[in-house]
Amino acid sequence: MSLTTYIIFAIIKLAIVLFVLLTAVAYIVLLERKVVARMQNRWGPNRVGPFGLLQPLADGAKFIFKEDIIPDSVYKPLYIAAPMIALILALTSISLIPFGENWKIAGYHVPLEITAFWNGNGIQDINIGLLIILGITSIGVYGVALSGWSSNSKYSLLGSLRASAQLMSYELSLGLSLVGVLLISGSLSLRQIVDSQGGSIVNWNFFGRLQFIAFFIYIMAAYAETNRIPFDLPEAETELVAGYHTEYSSMKFAMFFMAEYCNMVTVACLATILFFGGWHSPFEALHIAAPALWIAISPVFWFVVKVFFFIFLYIWIRGTLPRFRYDQLMAFGWKFLLPLSIANIIVTSLVLALRS
Amino acid sequence: MLHQVLFIIFGVVCVAGALNLLLQRHPINSALSLIVVMGALALLFLLLGAEFVAAVQVIVYAGAVMVLFVFVIMLLNAGVEEHTRGSRVAIFLGIPGLIAFFIFMCWAIGSNGSALGQARIGSFYVPTQELGIALFREFLLPFEVTSVLILIAIMGAVVLARRER
Repeated sequence: MSLTTYIIFAIIKLAIVLFVLLTAVAYIVLLERKVVARMQNRWGPNRVGPFGLLQPLADGAKFIFKEDIIPDSVYKPLYIAAPMIALILALTSISLIPFGENWKIAGYHVPLEITAFWNGNGIQDINIGLLIILGITSIGVYGVALSGWSSNSKYSLLGSLRASAQLMSYELSLGLSLVGVLLISGSLSLRQIVDSQGGSIVNWNFFGRLQFIAFFIYIMAAYAETNRIPFDLPEAETELVAGYHTEYSSMKFAMFFMAEYCNMVTVACLATILFFGGWHSPFEALHIAAPALWIAISPVFWFVVKVFFFIFLYIWIRGTLPRFRYDQLMAFGWKFLLPLSIANIIVTSLVLALRS
Repeated sequence: MLHQVLFIIFGVVCVAGALNLLLQRHPINSALSLIVVMGALALLFLLLGAEFVAAVQVIVYAGAVMVLFVFVIMLLNAGVEEHTRGSRVAIFLGIPGLIAFFIFMCWAIGSNGSALGQARIGSFYVPTQELGIALFREFLLPFEVTSVLILIAIMGAVVLARRER
């Protein structure tokens, strides 16, 4: 494969993933409004188009045509840069996610993720995908912190302080909860982590390898990282108006909003890859005969199904749980999740050492 | 060819960030330029093939240490700094020293150029597993000593920050 074909493939993949992701984000918002409405015995948006399916388009148009207000007292360069930082980092992390097995297109071996590097004569997977995603999440604090500070408003500053403290505290548990999975698969490459779970449903880290405690820690910490209920204190509307994006309007607010939902998708993808066997079908052990087309498509199908389940879980929890108090949030992160994740590492490595 | 282009790009970004750090008048802009420097350094590590070091550079320095810097600046609400006209020591000692340093570096690299060799993309490639094995087998004692040192530093920070009432 020459450099030119590599670049062409990269651009095509970039365009497809960006289109699918942004459409998905728009419809996740609609799904959330619908599902939460049904949980509260309401109808939800149902006026625009059949079943309200065109609501995201109407929302998008509204965001674009709204007046973009920049308050006088903001520190302008950072006020404008902050939503961009948030969205760019959210979009960057999704580019490391592999969505399925390698495809063969026109004789070329094409991995189904955007960031695969060119090693001179072919495309190669990235070895430390998981670490890079963790790095991008850790930089993600700046979008929130800078927006709150540059807005020069007390609600924004308090919201961003809360958000940054929360992100830093839960990042620790998040990183440590993944160590068990890394010990089992022995690799930092997302593709190899998925490959190590192949064969049957028993090989998934969640079921057969007893990483459900790690999964619990991961999902709690990830909810806190994405500022979602029950950890949405940074934008607690009863106390802080809207938290760090109080002073933002129009597309700048929409960028924060899109970044939040992109991060949700990334978290769901990572949960699928790390704990639920990635693109492996749950019926893989049965060896059911299937047509060739289905064999090519089924990895992506199962991946999307699992990701959809986690997105639904997000919405379900939003409709169910109340918000934490701030001291409860910190105590939960430091006094419960962190010791639990360290215990998980010790037990997992002990079991692995005794078995080998 | 490609590695030279990438090296020059990230090297220039790195140096420009460092200069911007000194020239900016607002502390938060200086802190942000330092983040750019850290990021560019991580990419330079990545060019050499030290992928784990690059990732850790981003996670620890750009993601954790600099967040604390930014926090402190935000909480202290530090204003625009005042520029003085510079001291005489800087003019009479610093500038000749800088020129001498540049000349020395040019001479050293120019005269030993062939002996220094060349670095290409990934010429110092170390897989993360091998790094871990080296760290926990051959360098276990230094590793443990460092961790004890960090632990003592944490305890010292707690003791200093917590005043007896």
